[in-house]
Amino acid sequence: MKKDWPLWEVFIRSKSGLSHKHVGSLHATDEVMAIENARDVYTRRNEGVSIWVVESKYITASDPDDSDPFFEPAKDKVYRHPTFYDVPDEIKHM
Amino acid sequence: MTHLNLEDQFQAKIDAETKIEPKDWMPEAYRKTLIRQISQHAHSEIVGMLPEGNWITRAPSLRRKLILLAKVQDEAGHGLYLYSAAETLGANRDELVQQLLTGKAKYSSIFNYPTTSWADIGAIGWLVDGAAIMNQVMLTRASYGPYARAMVRICKEESFHQRQGYEIMMTMAKGSPAQKQMAQDALNRWWWPSLMMFGPKDDDSAHSEQSMKWKIKRKSNDELRQQFVDVTVPQAEYLGLTIPDPDLQWNEDRGHYDFGEINWEEFWNVVKGNGPCNRQRIQARVKAYEDGAWVREAAVAYAEKKDQRKLVSPKAQAEAA
Amino acid sequence: MIFKYLLQLGDNALILGHRLGEWCGHAPELEIDMALTNIALDLTGQARNLFQRAAEIEGKGRTEDDIAYLRDAWDFRNVLLVEQPNEDFAFTIVRQFFFDTFNYYAHQELTKSKDEWLAGFAAKSLKEITYHLRFSSEWMLRLGDGTELSHQKLQTALDELWMYHGELVQPNEVDLELAKSGVGVDLEKIKPLFNEKIEEVLSKATLNIPTDTWMQSGGKDGKHSEHLGYILADMQFLQRAYPGVEW
Repeated sequence: MKKDWPLWEVFIRSKSGLSHKHVGSLHATDEVMAIENARDVYTRRNEGVSIWVVESKYITASDPDDSDPFFEPAKDKVYRHPTFYDVPDEIKHM
Repeated sequence: MTHLNLEDQFQAKIDAETKIEPKDWMPEAYRKTLIRQISQHAHSEIVGMLPEGNWITRAPSLRRKLILLAKVQDEAGHGLYLYSAAETLGANRDELVQQLLTGKAKYSSIFNYPTTSWADIGAIGWLVDGAAIMNQVMLTRASYGPYARAMVRICKEESFHQRQGYEIMMTMAKGSPAQKQMAQDALNRWWWPSLMMFGPKDDDSAHSEQSMKWKIKRKSNDELRQQFVDVTVPQAEYLGLTIPDPDLQWNEDRGHYDFGEINWEEFWNVVKGNGPCNRQRIQARVKAYEDGAWVREAAVAYAEKKDQRKLVSPKAQAEAA
Repeated sequence: MIFKYLLQLGDNALILGHRLGEWCGHAPELEIDMALTNIALDLTGQARNLFQRAAEIEGKGRTEDDIAYLRDAWDFRNVLLVEQPNEDFAFTIVRQFFFDTFNYYAHQELTKSKDEWLAGFAAKSLKEITYHLRFSSEWMLRLGDGTELSHQKLQTALDELWMYHGELVQPNEVDLELAKSGVGVDLEKIKPLFNEKIEEVLSKATLNIPTDTWMQSGGKDGKHSEHLGYILADMQFLQRAYPGVEW
């Protein structure tokens, strides 16, 4: 009979131009309440200009057991980074 | 790659200061310890709202009233962040709250003392929040990611709490004789319970050793207590107030203050439920929970109805088509 | 006269903020606790601004705290509605909804006040009040159209508090005078908007709109219910018991 309020994840854009960042979670019965609760809980100190909420159950996360095949292969691809390349000091704007 | 068993791998991660995240493998005991500790911490924030909330309607100036409202509200927020951190471990807020209401879960014993004068609001901010901060700063480095992150946020917000308390004490200690007396009386009543906040002596502490190994805790109870005494004594001297401990004195050799023996009988007595306000605090939480049930249920029912209407309304169907 | 008007506005905010402060630590859910306290903070902050301005205009060297803490009930100008007890969450929401609706339209008008300070104050406060109205309207719907029990509780609260909502838009002498000079709100002008909004939300919330037309009044002229004395006894205790000191 008793139903708990579902859990939501809250993402806040701290100022215009920045991405939304995960700040925490809260409980709410629907998206309207979730946005308002997020405002009341997570922006009390002027922390944000925009809020996203998503019900926690809709978040899909990568599995820690997949960490090696997922993330290790990117580690040795140094040629993707600008510092990999030698450019003479005289050359500017590159 | 070395072939360590899961538990060894886990400990190796901790030793390497790699944070543990919700989906990572962890020993069941680590999970349980964390849920217990984080939820106790959350309960303490929520119960802690009561003694201070007790003075919101009697705050002596509009400025003080705003500060106190904001501070007690922060505690609700901190409770909420902490329950959320516990929920990442598979606990659920309502179950955790049930444990508080049924007396299964503990919370910080300090909140079982009454706030009998306005100066108590100052003393709580200065001493109780001061003691809590010692503990919380340590916890920002806890091995469990969501807990550490919640603590970072909490510590940031808490930074004004202690200062506002000290400001109240200062105003009163420098005020009229009656105010000074009020301030001294508050210090007399809150000093020892504040020292007790760090928990039993290291030798008698049930969970300490394992928690240190798991880096849920990084300093022992006695270390933190000493640190608190060392920073607080000069603050009391500045106020011109006397700490109620005849054995308190600077020890040149140790480079620390020596202080008197805590009344452990009182400590255990309050932990067991015999403090001056244990019953009232739990009763207040039970009342809020029970009185609020119909409100929480109404909100769920309304959200369900709204969902159903979305499904059956012709407009929604047309839009879906 | 504007001094009295500022007190009317300020006392409403102070007393309602005080009532909401009583919820702090006792609300039905943590998120609601925080939301109610946000509103209490907004209202108490507004009262503080209004009293500072009132003290300045009065020019007798009084402070915001002298005004809040050293007047007795007959000098308080708040409407009777805001001093009514919290009772339960339904009473609190109905009280809030009536007040927010009034406050919203009143401050919308006040942004056009000929008094520059008041216009500026209203523009700033209106942002807070807009959110308050949103919060209380939504809870009216949730409770009214939630469960059978919540509907019944909200209907009871509505029936009990109905007689206090009229005073909000019933002008007294101060209101009339300030409306004439373009400084205050013309209550006759916002009355239809106020009534319309209330009707709209009540019917959306599936509530029966009471038909009683008798409205209690007097608060704005210092004639209060018995509740105010207790509020002041709490609120003013320290300032009265230890006069003339800093806190």
